[in-house]
Amino acid sequence: MTTLTDPPRESFRLSMLINDTRYRSLTFQGITLLVLIIAIAYLANNLLTNLAAAGLNIAYDFLGDPAGYDINQALVEYNSRSSHARAALVGVLNTLLVAFLACITATVFGVIAGVLRLSNNWLVRKLMSFYVEIFRNIPVLIWIIIIFTIMTAVMPAPRAFRGDEPEATMLMGLFAFTNRGVYIPAPVWGPGSMVVVATFIASIIGVIGYRRYATKLLYDTGKLLPMGWPSLAIFFLPTILMFYIMGRPIGLDVPELGGFNFRGGIQVGAPLIALWFALSIYTGAFIAENVRAGIQAVSKGQTEAASALGLRPGRVMKLVVLPQALRVIIPPLISQYLNITKNSSLAIAVGYADITATLGGITLNQTGRAIECVLLLMLFYLTISLLISAVMNVYNNAVKLKER
Amino acid sequence: MSDTHAHSVAFVRETEIPSSPPPYAATGPVKWLRENLFATPANSLLTIAALYVIWQILSGTMPWILNGIWNTSSLAECRQVLDGAVGACFSVLTERWNQLLFGFQYPSELYWRPTLALGLLFVAAAPVLFFDLPRKLLAFTAVYPFIAFWLIWGGTILTPIVAFAGVAAGAVVYQRLVTGSFAYGFFGGIIAAFIVWTVGGWIIPDGASETAMLTAVPSRDLGGFMLNMMLGVTCVTLSIPIGIALALGRQSSMPLIKVVCVVFIEFVRGVPLITLLFVASVMLAYFFPPESSLDLFLRVVIMITMFSSAYIAEVIRGGLAALPKGQYEAADSLGLDYPQAMRLIILPQALKISIPGIVNIAVGLFKDTTLVSVIGMFDIVGMIRGPILASTEWNGVYWELLGFASVLFFVVCYGISQYSQWLERRLATDHR
Amino acid sequence: MKKSVILGALTVAGLSAGAAAAGTLDDVKARGTLNCGVATGLAGFAAPDANGEWKGFDVSVCRAVAAAVLGDPSAVEFVPTTGKTRFTALASGEIDMLARNTTWTFSRDVDLKFTFVGVNYYDGQGFMVPKALGVSSAKDLDGATVCIQTGTTTELNLADFFRTNNIGYEPVPIETNAEAQQQYLAGACDVYTTDASGLAATRATFEAPGDHVLLPEIISKEPLGPLVRHGDDEWGDVVRWTLNALITAEELGVTSANVNEMSANTGNPEVARLLGTEGTLGEMLGLDADWAKRAISAQGNYGEIFAKNIGEETPIGLARGLNAQWTDGGLIYSPPFR
Repeated sequence: MTTLTDPPRESFRLSMLINDTRYRSLTFQGITLLVLIIAIAYLANNLLTNLAAAGLNIAYDFLGDPAGYDINQALVEYNSRSSHARAALVGVLNTLLVAFLACITATVFGVIAGVLRLSNNWLVRKLMSFYVEIFRNIPVLIWIIIIFTIMTAVMPAPRAFRGDEPEATMLMGLFAFTNRGVYIPAPVWGPGSMVVVATFIASIIGVIGYRRYATKLLYDTGKLLPMGWPSLAIFFLPTILMFYIMGRPIGLDVPELGGFNFRGGIQVGAPLIALWFALSIYTGAFIAENVRAGIQAVSKGQTEAASALGLRPGRVMKLVVLPQALRVIIPPLISQYLNITKNSSLAIAVGYADITATLGGITLNQTGRAIECVLLLMLFYLTISLLISAVMNVYNNAVKLKER
Repeated sequence: MSDTHAHSVAFVRETEIPSSPPPYAATGPVKWLRENLFATPANSLLTIAALYVIWQILSGTMPWILNGIWNTSSLAECRQVLDGAVGACFSVLTERWNQLLFGFQYPSELYWRPTLALGLLFVAAAPVLFFDLPRKLLAFTAVYPFIAFWLIWGGTILTPIVAFAGVAAGAVVYQRLVTGSFAYGFFGGIIAAFIVWTVGGWIIPDGASETAMLTAVPSRDLGGFMLNMMLGVTCVTLSIPIGIALALGRQSSMPLIKVVCVVFIEFVRGVPLITLLFVASVMLAYFFPPESSLDLFLRVVIMITMFSSAYIAEVIRGGLAALPKGQYEAADSLGLDYPQAMRLIILPQALKISIPGIVNIAVGLFKDTTLVSVIGMFDIVGMIRGPILASTEWNGVYWELLGFASVLFFVVCYGISQYSQWLERRLATDHR
Repeated sequence: MKKSVILGALTVAGLSAGAAAAGTLDDVKARGTLNCGVATGLAGFAAPDANGEWKGFDVSVCRAVAAAVLGDPSAVEFVPTTGKTRFTALASGEIDMLARNTTWTFSRDVDLKFTFVGVNYYDGQGFMVPKALGVSSAKDLDGATVCIQTGTTTELNLADFFRTNNIGYEPVPIETNAEAQQQYLAGACDVYTTDASGLAATRATFEAPGDHVLLPEIISKEPLGPLVRHGDDEWGDVVRWTLNALITAEELGVTSANVNEMSANTGNPEVARLLGTEGTLGEMLGLDADWAKRAISAQGNYGEIFAKNIGEETPIGLARGLNAQWTDGGLIYSPPFR
C-alpha cells in the first residue's frame, strides 16, 4: 500500500515556476498581468502627455450645454436649445426605432425567401438564390446608398403633386409617396375613442382565449374546433361594431400639400425608409440562408415519421419540423438582429439622425470632444449588444437539448 | 390449363410490343415545365409572379445597359449624345477607371506595380487554397508579403529584405528550439527576429528610399478598389493567427488570460466597426508618443485587424467546442504537452471545421472595408462619393458608378464563397 | 539618426517618426515636406484634378507656405480631412497646418486650443433655392425642407436663424457636398444651405445654373482661415506672415510675373523688406531672406490665387466682394511689413 501514497512533497524551487505545470500557469499569468499593466500605463501616459501638450482635458460637461442644432426626427421633445445629452437621447431612440423596424421586416423577408428557396418551383428557387447571392455579396453601405438614391431620384418631389394636372397623385387620396418620405394619415382620437380601443384590446384577448380553449378541447376530448374564421371574426367584428355604435369617434388626419411640404398626417422620412429598407433587405438575405439551413437541418426521418403518424403536411411543418428548425434558426437570427443594430450606425450615409449621427456626428463636430463622444458611442452599442447576447443565452439555455 | 388456353385462343403475341413514346405531356421540356413551374395552381401563380418580377427587372435595366455610351468626356456630353433616350453613361468608367481602381493619387505610371502584386497574390494564395498543388509553392507564399509590400509602397528593397531575413531567422530558431519546448522556440524565434531587424536597421542607410529602384509611394496615396483589396487581404491574414490565440486564450484554464480574452472579444464584437474606425481616425493618435504619428492606413489596419480577429476567434472557438472531448483526452493520454496537443491534434481538426466560418468572416470583412470611406479615406466608395461625383464633369452619374462598385464586390465575394463551398465538399471526410 | 528597421519598415508604410524636436518649423524642415490638412473635395477650394493633383484656393495657401519654408511648392503632403477628423488631425500632430475652409470661432480658438493665423476668405452662410419656387427671401422659407452639409457651423447658424425668425423647417443633414447636391437637385429638399462660396461653387457644376438663385440673406459670419496648434508661436508666425505676404504682395502690386524684377530694382522700401532685399525679416522668422519671394512666385499673390481658383473667370465665379483689398473697400488687410 505504501506505493500508492503521495510522493513526498518537494520543497518549492524557483525552476518549478517554469517546469512544473502546477506553478507554470501562475508564471504565465504573472507575465501577462505585467505586460498588460505596462501596456495600459504606456498608452495612458501617452494619452495624458498628448492631452496636456494640446491643453485639452477629458470632461463630459459639454453634454449639458445647448446642442444648438435641429433634428428632423425626434421621438421625444427636442429643439435646438436642448442639451447635447438630449440630442444623444434622440439619437438613441432613433437607432432603436430603425433597428426594431428593420428586425421585423428583415425576418419577414428572410423567412419568405428562405422558404421559397426550398420551393418546388424552379424559377422561384433560382430567383430567390439570385436575391440572396446578390445581397450577400455586395457591401451594405453600397446598398444603403443605392436605395437612398432610388428614394430620392425615382420618387416624385412634393412639387410634383402641385398644380391642376399634377405629375403625381396621392394613393387613394390618403398616402403620399414623395422623395422626402411617405406621408400617411394620422388617427385623430375623438371622444369615445377609448371605448373602441378598449374593445379592440379585449377582442385580442378574446382571440387568444378562444385559441387556448380550442387547443385544450382538442387535447382533452379530441374534438377539433375551427380556428381561422372564428378568430378573424372575434378580432374584427366587435371593434367595427363599437366603432359605429360610438358614432365613428376615430377620424383621420390626411396629409395635405401646403407650403413647401405635405402637412398633417404622419411623415416617415426618406432617410428612415431608405435605411430601414436597405437594412432589412440586406439582412433578409442572410436570414434566408439561416432559415433554409434550419429547415434542412431537420432530418428527413422526422418528416417521414410525422407523415407516418398521419399528420397532414401543414401540421407536420407546424408541430414537427418548425419547433426543431427554430432551435437551429433562432441563435443566428438573434446575431443577425445584433448586426442590424450595429449596421444601423451607417445611417450617417443617408442623414438619418441616429446616435452615430447626433452624438458621434454633429455633437462631435461642434464640440470637438472626440474622445468623449466616441467612448460614449461605444458604450451605448456595447450595452445593446450585451443585452441582446444575454437574451440569446437565456434562449439557448431554454431550448438546449437536455441529453444524458 | 395452359394447353387448353393456348389452343382455345386464336392469337397470342409472342414478342413485346415496341414501347410507345410517353405521352407528350410527360416528357421533355413539357414535363420539366409541369413539374418545376406549374405543379399546382398556387405554384403556377408563383411562376407567373416570378416571371413578372424578372420582366420588370430586365425591362428596367436592359435598355439602359445596352444603350450605354462609352466614349464621352462628361455627363453633359453624354446626355447630349443620348438625346433624351434611356441609356447609361458608362463613359464615366472608361474615363475614371484608374481612379476607381487605384485612387486619384497613386502615380499612373506605377499602376503596373499593384497590378503585378495582385497577380502574384493569386500565385501566392494558390498553394494555401488548393492542397493538390506542390507544397514547394508555399515558399513563394512566405516571400509574397515582402514582395507585395515592396511593389506597392516602393522604396529601398533593403527594407523588405531585412524584414524577411528577420522572419526567416525567427523561423529557423523556432525550428531548432521547439523540440525542447514550445515556449523556448516561440520566444527564441521572436528574439532572433528582433535582433536581425535591429542590426538590419543599422545597415540600411538613411535616405536609401530616395535612390531606390522603385519610387516610394506614401500610403496616403493608396485608394480605390486597391485599398479595399489591400485592407481585406492584410487584415484577414493578420487576424487569423491573432484569432487562434484569442480562441485558445478564451478556452484557457488560466483565469487572468481567459478574462482578458473574453473582455477583448466581447468588447470588439459589441461595437460597430464604424466606431472602431472613428477611434482610428480621431482617437488613436492620442495614444502614441507625441513625436511619432502612425499614418491613417496603419491605424485603420490595426483597428480592422482587431475587429476581425475577435470574430475569427469566435468561429474557431466554435470549432474547438465542436471537437469531441475524446480528442483532448487522447492527446493527453499520449503524454503530449499543451502546445503539442494543440499543434498536432486539436487545431488541425478545429481549423478544418472552422474554415467555412472563417471564409464568411473574410467576405464580411472585405465588404466592411468600404466603411473607411466614412472616415475620409478614398476607397472605391469614397472615390465615388467624393472626387468623382463632386467633379464638374461627372456630377450626377450614380447608377453607373455604384453598379460598377457592386459588380467588383460581387465578383470577388461570390468567388470566395464558391471556393468555400468547394472546400467544404472537399474536406467532408467525416463519417457519413 | 538611425532608426531600427521595424521603424524603418513602418516609415515606408507610413509611420513618420519625426525627429524629436520641439518646434513644428524644425520638424517640417527636417522632414522636407509640409503636411497640410485640406477638405476631401470642394471645387475651387481644395479638390484633386483628373491627374490627382490638388488644386484650389486653400491648397494654394499650403503651397505658398511650403515654398516659403522648404523652397518647393510641391513639397506638400495633402491630407484630406473630414469635418470630423480635421481637429484631431491637427491636435495630434498628424498635420502641421489646416487649410480647410474652417470658420474662426471663439470655442475653436480658445476651447479646442488652435491658433487661427488669419482670414483668407470672408464667407457667410447663404441659401440656394430653385427659381421655380418663387422665393425671394429666406424668411419665406417657413416649413421648408433644408439640406445642410454637416460638419461645419452651418447647423448651428441655421437653427439660430430659424429660431430668431420664429419659423419652422425640416433639416436634412448630409455628409458630402455631392450627396447634398443630389438631394437638392432631385427636389428632396427645397433649400440647400452652406457657405455662400460653397453654394456658388456647387451651382457652377449644375447643368442649368440659371435655374437656381442664391437668396440675399447671409445669415452668419464665416471668416475662413488657416490654423495651427496653440503654443507653437514660431510656426504660427510663419504661416501667418506667409498669408500676409500674399496679401501685401497684391496690395503692393507684386505678382508672380514681376516678383524677380521687383526684388532686383524697387524704389518702394516696403517691397524691398517684403522681398528680402532690405532688412532681415526672413531671418527673424527663422527662414532665409527670399522666403516671401518664393511664396509669391509659387502661386502668385492673393489676388492671383483668388482669380485662378475661384474668381469670376472660373466656373465658380465668385466676385471679390468682402474679399477685396481694404484699399478697394474690402476686408482683406495685412499688417505692415516692417
